Amino acid sequence: MSYGPKIIDHYENPRNVGSFGTQKDIKERKDIGVGLVGAPECGDVMQLQIKVNPQSGVIEDAKFKCFGCGSAIASSSLATEWLKGRTLDQADEIKNTQIVEELSLPPVKIHCSVLAEDAIKAAITDYKKKNGMPVEDHDHEEAAH
Amino acid sequence: MALQLPIYLDHAATTPCDPRVVEAMLPYFTKVYGNPGSRNHAFGWKAEEGVDWAREQVAKLLGASAKEIVFTSGSTEANNLAIKGAAEMYEKAPHGSGQCRGHIITAVHEHKAVLDPCKRLAKEGFDVTFLEPKADGVITAEMVKGALRPDTILVTLMWANNEIGTINEVREIGALCHERDIVFHTDATQWVGKMPVDVEKDNVDLLSLSGHKFYGPKGVGALYVRRRKPRVRLVSQQDGGGQERGFRSGTLNVSGIVGLGKAAEIALSEMERDAARLSKLRKRLETEVTRQLDVTQVNGHAEKRLPHITNISFGFVEGESLMMACKDIALSSGSACTSASLEPSYVLKSLGVGDELAHSSLRFSLGKWTTDEEIEYTIKSVVTAVKKLRELSPLYDMHNEGIDLSKVEWAHH
Repeated sequence: MSYGPKIIDHYENPRNVGSFGTQKDIKERKDIGVGLVGAPECGDVMQLQIKVNPQSGVIEDAKFKCFGCGSAIASSSLATEWLKGRTLDQADEIKNTQIVEELSLPPVKIHCSVLAEDAIKAAITDYKKKNGMPVEDHDHEEAAH
Repeated sequence: MALQLPIYLDHAATTPCDPRVVEAMLPYFTKVYGNPGSRNHAFGWKAEEGVDWAREQVAKLLGASAKEIVFTSGSTEANNLAIKGAAEMYEKAPHGSGQCRGHIITAVHEHKAVLDPCKRLAKEGFDVTFLEPKADGVITAEMVKGALRPDTILVTLMWANNEIGTINEVREIGALCHERDIVFHTDATQWVGKMPVDVEKDNVDLLSLSGHKFYGPKGVGALYVRRRKPRVRLVSQQDGGGQERGFRSGTLNVSGIVGLGKAAEIALSEMERDAARLSKLRKRLETEVTRQLDVTQVNGHAEKRLPHITNISFGFVEGESLMMACKDIALSSGSACTSASLEPSYVLKSLGVGDELAHSSLRFSLGKWTTDEEIEYTIKSVVTAVKKLRELSPLYDMHNEGIDLSKVEWAHH
């Protein structure tokens, strides 16, 4: 698979790699929302974590980890860049097609962008649930596609 | 010699042509250009001499006689001719009679060039048993014995597997077939030219080989067809001018055939030395990679394997991204995830390698000119790449936190 320069750049220098603690820790932290989508046997698992300021509702920090191909890594790396500084509502507006466009993903890799959008939605939903906020019913929640 | 990048470790896909092979071929393009089928003039006779010489070389490599060699365009064609040709020749009931035309035995982790002809025959009235290997990948004579039926007419099993390099019990399976007058075909594409063949002792009736897998040119191969004890007959699959004693019509690829002959001649004198050297290098690669990385396994039987092929699974990293990280090394991924399909390798799956490991597998195949330095560089690159990708991998984190990944409810997509 030959990739464009933006995918290669994100793959070689992934932004915001990491997590805000162990799986157990972050489950208990109310300021963190986690989206874990995909499955190992499908060859892609994305984990996106957002750290939200409870007063302003702005995403202050975002981190990812990804098991997947170069496109999946680039899509989730890009997602963390876009998430930082947005409000939850603004974050909710990120569409997979924007990721496809920004990274020039090849057609066979569109599913990676869909997975990234799912991860964003799942992280937002997780944060809202933890904080007793109303949750919209997303089609994409839990990576159902 | 300084290390040259990129490094080629995909010799199971194809090999470079030996310069001695190219040299032997060259006159046959511009000087000896006759058609060996032209019996009336020197141009034809000269070309035929070249073909005859090549036929002798290939026969010698197999312990066969020259008359038993049928030149083809490669292994795929040889497999098709052997499998379809034998099935049609030895059928128990005619096509369209509604009765089972005969029983064929093969295995699920064969190459597509064997599986697909078998599947076609299954559609056309034959019964096909697809044996399933155990975790070591080896098909044993016992497994074949257990699948035999009174109407079994053909057993087709590869000598060594292209993806994992494991070796089947060819000699024993051949003996079993000969006791029962069943035709035994082996796709020996990965074996020939690397390891010794003696069609008599190995009890083989039909054997496919391909030139470009052992430093010959692409587009040429051969089918060995046993002529005595027993004489094996085939229904030809390509009709025309009756070349190759009617088994395979079409003007001979003289330069290619001469190249194949030269490759066979070289292999016979050099394979023992090459195999010993490559076996050491391969083991060094396997040992170091599995020593330096946790949750890493070599797939298939540890001893019953080719000297130059290994297939290694790296837990918690994905194959394509791993290949991207090792971009200076030409490798093959165990996963087909670069295509639209998300299916991991059917060969690894048949060994019971879990999907998540099958996605994280690489095939390394070494060749005649692979150096110690190249293997040291490869070890270093692969270990660095896996460590880097594991830093990115949520699965490796979960594994280290003691979470059982098989118990997580994944959102399948």
